[in-house]
Amino acid sequence: MGTKNSVALAVQATGLEKSFGNAAVLRGLDMTVRDGEAVVIFGANGVGKSTLLRVLTTLTRPDYGSISIYGRDLSKQAEYARLSLGAVLHSPMLYGDMTIRENLNFFGKMFRVRDLPGRIEEMTDRLGLGPRMEQRTRELSHGYQKRAALARAMLHRPRILFLDEAETGLDEPARKVLDGVISEHRAAGHAVVMTTHSIERGIAESDRVFVLAGGRIALDAPSSHVTPNDVTGLYSDPSDA
Amino acid sequence: MGASLATVWTLARKDLLLELRSKDIVLAIVVFALLVIAIFTFAIELTPSRARDVGPGVLWAAVAFAGVLGLNRSFAVEAEGDTLDGLMLTPVSRELIFFGKVLGNFIFITIAQVVIFPVFEALFNISVLQVETIVIALLASLGFAAVGTAFAAVSVRVRSREIMLPLLFLPTSVPLIMAAVESTSAVVDGGSWGDFSEWLQLAIAFDVIFMIASAVLFQFVLEE
Repeated sequence: MGTKNSVALAVQATGLEKSFGNAAVLRGLDMTVRDGEAVVIFGANGVGKSTLLRVLTTLTRPDYGSISIYGRDLSKQAEYARLSLGAVLHSPMLYGDMTIRENLNFFGKMFRVRDLPGRIEEMTDRLGLGPRMEQRTRELSHGYQKRAALARAMLHRPRILFLDEAETGLDEPARKVLDGVISEHRAAGHAVVMTTHSIERGIAESDRVFVLAGGRIALDAPSSHVTPNDVTGLYSDPSDA
Repeated sequence: MGASLATVWTLARKDLLLELRSKDIVLAIVVFALLVIAIFTFAIELTPSRARDVGPGVLWAAVAFAGVLGLNRSFAVEAEGDTLDGLMLTPVSRELIFFGKVLGNFIFITIAQVVIFPVFEALFNISVLQVETIVIALLASLGFAAVGTAFAAVSVRVRSREIMLPLLFLPTSVPLIMAAVESTSAVVDGGSWGDFSEWLQLAIAFDVIFMIASAVLFQFVLEE
């Protein structure tokens, strides 16, 4: 376990560096997210938002730097840290030839979710998946695939939710479902880290705003103090970074 | 230990369910292997002695080449839906994910051999359906699955993965293919266990070494 201070932090990242070939994406990035806090990460296309989320969710190993999730150092205790995190990234990460129920059953077993059938029913009702549960996920619309992905990410009751442009391509009802889930997650005192290109929406849904530019956090401020112009003013062409 | 085995089985059972739906992997292995065997049947004038001489080599070359197709497919399924990321987000060690994939691939290769061996026996008119050959086949399948799973993970994110996997898999598997061919030749010639025990030991050593080495390699491959 970490210190008392580090446990109170949902995410603590220090000196993160990540390059792909000669392209440096993260350059000594530091960030913290407190437990119960919702943060939004803005940045121009290609600036490294998705890479940052992949690094924070243990999918990609940073070249340098350290990360802890709820006090668990990812270089040593990644498996425990993954119990605390749920992620909805660009792709739904579901098996196309399996039904939603089969997918949730599989991932629930991987997370060793207690009372799995009950939890699946709970998520089914919450996300309005009922009529689609026995359909193969490749046959679903983008909106229902996103809902199913959200169910997969929330199944094990994570303390922190990572959402990478989760609202993209969703219709209004699906977006309301997503907003409801985020609100409930925050109300339960859990943390949310999201990226979005919808600046007004991101500011409204978060407690704190980060702007990523040049491989570092260029702005870290309470959402109530940030305007859309503050955000776009820091966008820079990643090739210049 | 029990929980780890349950996780490995959950992963393998998921692969079996997907294969039951698509039938991509076993069908690819069986069809390709039978084509190779059939082509050799026509290309070589098969006298009984020649069949005994070249048969085991043809059989294992067919299984190895066909296995590449199946192994490629088994990881392509994970890449298509980014489900490999989904697996990596679970609180399961990368090693257990590797062993789950190995178990699934081992079952697929073994099922394919259940079809390939009788057809080979009929076409070459040499008896390979014996206890000794079954043991060799199981050892070979395990080695192919271990090496193939690790290299399929390496290849899966590469654009030319169909080329990359055989280039990595086949040269590495040469000791195992040699062990399988020599052991099968000894069985076909009426030899006893003692006549090919050294080749069996080589196959066992290959399986153990590559199971451990591949499991270690796997986690670094997955996390870019």
